[in-house]
Amino acid sequence: MPSEARKALFEPLVANNPVALQILGICSALAVTTQLSASLIMCLALISVTAFSNLFISLVRNHIPSSIRIIVQMTIIASLVIVVDQVLKAYAYGISKQLAVFVGLIITNCIVMGRAEAYAMKNGPWNSFLDGIGNGLGYSLILIIVATVRELFGSGSILGYQILSPVSDGGWYIPNGLMLLAPSAFIIIGLTIWAIRAFYPEQVEKPDFEIQHAHNTAEHAKAGGAR
Amino acid sequence: MDLLSLAVKAIFIENLALSFFLGMCTFLAVSKKIETAFGLGCAVFVVLAITVPINNLIYQNLLQEGALAWAGLPEVDLSFLGLISYIGVIAALVQILEMFLDRFVPALYSALGIFLPLITVNCAILGASLFMVERDYTFTQSLVYGAGSGIGWAMAIVALAGIREKLKYSDVPDGLEGLGITFITVGLMALGFLAFSGIQL
Amino acid sequence: MTMKNSKFSISNRSRQGGFFHLPNDNMVKTIGVATLLCLVCSIIVSGAAIVLKPQQVANKLLDKKKNILLVAGISDETKTVAELFTQVEARIVNMSTGEFTDAVDAVTFDQRKAANDAEYRVALDKSQDIASVGAISKYGNVYLVRDGDDVSKIILPISGYGLWSTMYGFIALESDARTVSGITFYEHAETPGLGGEIDNKKWQASWDGKQIVDSQGKPVLSLVKGGVTQNTPDAEYKVDGLAGATLTSNGVSNLIKFWMGEDAFGPYLERVRSATDQVSAVTSINSEKG
Repeated sequence: MPSEARKALFEPLVANNPVALQILGICSALAVTTQLSASLIMCLALISVTAFSNLFISLVRNHIPSSIRIIVQMTIIASLVIVVDQVLKAYAYGISKQLAVFVGLIITNCIVMGRAEAYAMKNGPWNSFLDGIGNGLGYSLILIIVATVRELFGSGSILGYQILSPVSDGGWYIPNGLMLLAPSAFIIIGLTIWAIRAFYPEQVEKPDFEIQHAHNTAEHAKAGGAR
Repeated sequence: MDLLSLAVKAIFIENLALSFFLGMCTFLAVSKKIETAFGLGCAVFVVLAITVPINNLIYQNLLQEGALAWAGLPEVDLSFLGLISYIGVIAALVQILEMFLDRFVPALYSALGIFLPLITVNCAILGASLFMVERDYTFTQSLVYGAGSGIGWAMAIVALAGIREKLKYSDVPDGLEGLGITFITVGLMALGFLAFSGIQL
Repeated sequence: MTMKNSKFSISNRSRQGGFFHLPNDNMVKTIGVATLLCLVCSIIVSGAAIVLKPQQVANKLLDKKKNILLVAGISDETKTVAELFTQVEARIVNMSTGEFTDAVDAVTFDQRKAANDAEYRVALDKSQDIASVGAISKYGNVYLVRDGDDVSKIILPISGYGLWSTMYGFIALESDARTVSGITFYEHAETPGLGGEIDNKKWQASWDGKQIVDSQGKPVLSLVKGGVTQNTPDAEYKVDGLAGATLTSNGVSNLIKFWMGEDAFGPYLERVRSATDQVSAVTSINSEKG
């Protein structure tokens, strides 16, 4: 694969993961992560929307007047999301009920708009398509990590298959109820970012303020006393 | 449903930022200083209080199944156009708000800078409209819900800005610096807001 | 020859190259691009919606039928939902009189949607609205499971507010309109693991055999904290509450009291009960005469 294309596809997975590094796109993510199956469908929806919106925007990029640029991008993205939503309602009714409003929120998902503006407006269609898939995959990676942890420790199951047998079914595992509530998703993402930055120290942010010189009070007292 | 209890629900219990995770991108990027956070919160409040009722009118009178009966087309169901109409209304309103602020309150306009156009893609704004449609609110309920969610979101973002300002001088582990610790802080805040659940007036 | 490339004029080159060679800022091009985009997007979106609509409507109906079969305890791996549903007869009941009516079509009428429709809506005042539903429809859906000519089960739609959301479900009663034979909630947004346990099959099975009303005909079935066993006094009027989910449990108790009560299906169930009582009274007199 030519290197530009490879870069577009693989960089967003970890090195430039849209969620972990660029603070993009977590909104719709978290509310559906109580179940891995719903999250997987969400990932698929996002990957398709990002990839195709990048593709179409890239195809028309030379003809978009700058005064209506944002609206044109939004119209293309919104139309794609509506089509995806309709397809889900027709062929995956059960899951679409769970995903409810969150599929619609893909329109405002920062990743989709962000990549359209940052990449698709300046690059060719094929690379833009791959970039869309790459970013979609980066987002999916984080989402799947969060969903697996939440479903496994919150319900004891993965994809509906009981792994840890809960007490209510006569087993030994007391499900961690906090995992199924909102706060846990944030904390899990925070810890995941910590883990990623442990392996990629170049991603670590510099603190705004740093203590320049630590004062040891005992030394200070000795120095002060001796004077 | 009682309007007061709807308002309380929208502000505390079903806080768009802390219970549904909506509007997080701008939330996390902007919440470093209390003044900016407050300005953004106000802008979001205004946009929400206006767009949710307008979208309600559009849904009830144009898009819903059977809504076009007044035009002689009772069987038409245009609800699939919902998503694009709501985002269109939001984009238009933000544009108008920008022009209004630029002309009449230029200080606020320059303080908000880039964040004003970013409100258009704030998940919380579209999310509030989508929840309104899903729960089938009436016009008055949408007004209360829009204003309430705006207040709730603004409150959450200002609170987070306050905490982050306090954290400025803390010795956070390297990997958690910046983004990581913010997420964990928000998680703890969300935990705190859970205490409001179940309140019924 | 000077070429004016301003926003409003069209240069010679543009004139030669056609629409797509216009500079992007040009007014004509801006409007042209906008119109073209709107046309293309609307055709694609509307096309998708229209093509997929029949499938979506079918899905909704299928889902409802599945839930009714589930609560009725009818399951057969070898048959399709449509085949199994032939045993179920949909009827409409007038809530205030409790009588069957044909005023609306039993198959397509949906009491949930009708509650918001001005034509059928009956608003509830605060003292009546214990389930926080706001308003109900004046006609209710009743599903009768037929066993030959007899009714073996009565299935009623129920709904009420829990902690976070309105819970929607079905309750199945035996033909005596007193004994519960099943309950299911097909839509809710309660806390997963806590209130969300209303989906737990074992908990739902614990409703089997419980009595809705006491000997006076007042709805008394409710959820109680602390576990219910056979030895608990009045156990037949109590169902085990959900651990850690007081408000959801209260919501369930309230919605049962409401829907089985005088403002909803109460009048209908009363008629069924008095009809069954009469029949059993006649049978017992006959057997006494014996």
